[in-house]
Amino acid sequence: MIKVEVTYHALLREQAGCTTESVRTQARTLAGLYEECAQRHQLTLKPEHMKVARNDRFADWSTAVVDEDRIGFIPPVAGG
Amino acid sequence: MFALSDHGIDQHPLCQALQDDESGALVVFEGHVRLFNDGRTVLRLEYEAAPELAANEFARIEAEAVARFAIRAVRCVHRVGTLEIGDKAVWIAVLAAHRGPAFEACRYVIDELKSRLPIWKKEHYADGDSGWINLP
Repeated sequence: MIKVEVTYHALLREQAGCTTESVRTQARTLAGLYEECAQRHQLTLKPEHMKVARNDRFADWSTAVVDEDRIGFIPPVAGG
Repeated sequence: MFALSDHGIDQHPLCQALQDDESGALVVFEGHVRLFNDGRTVLRLEYEAAPELAANEFARIEAEAVARFAIRAVRCVHRVGTLEIGDKAVWIAVLAAHRGPAFEACRYVIDELKSRLPIWKKEHYADGDSGWINLP
């Protein structure tokens, strides 16, 4: 079991009801972590429509989750 | 250089800080909040961002622009918070010795910014509805 900090943005923040949370997880990858969080908060976005960040850099969904990681789930962006 | 701002973007001091005797061209792009989007009347909008991730990703875009085009500097400020119609949402400046690379790099930076920076926009419409932009 590891502990990570998860940040939700935009629609995901509204659906989760929080901006950040500390999560204890047995997930091995970022994809597995999102699956857990999506189930717990009933998040509607699918990973194929999103990106994910690990420690403030974009990462692949297949990247391993490590204890103390800061993970951000990134809905479709709309800057500019 | 990239910054997020929760208040209005004043380009005068930003441009003054860009003085460079070897640059003959300064190209600035401003994105403004529009009254209409997809046929709907917009009242106001909200931007939010992932600050550290946005700064890191902008640094990559800036490095790409410097590698591709003969430019000397890139500056960008993006708003967060609540914006009204006509407000500046984003300000990008590119300095170069000549205008060609400055125009091309400015176009490159805004296009990449729009598709890559972790910034989200929620529009509030005149009919009372609201929604996040670019959802699938």
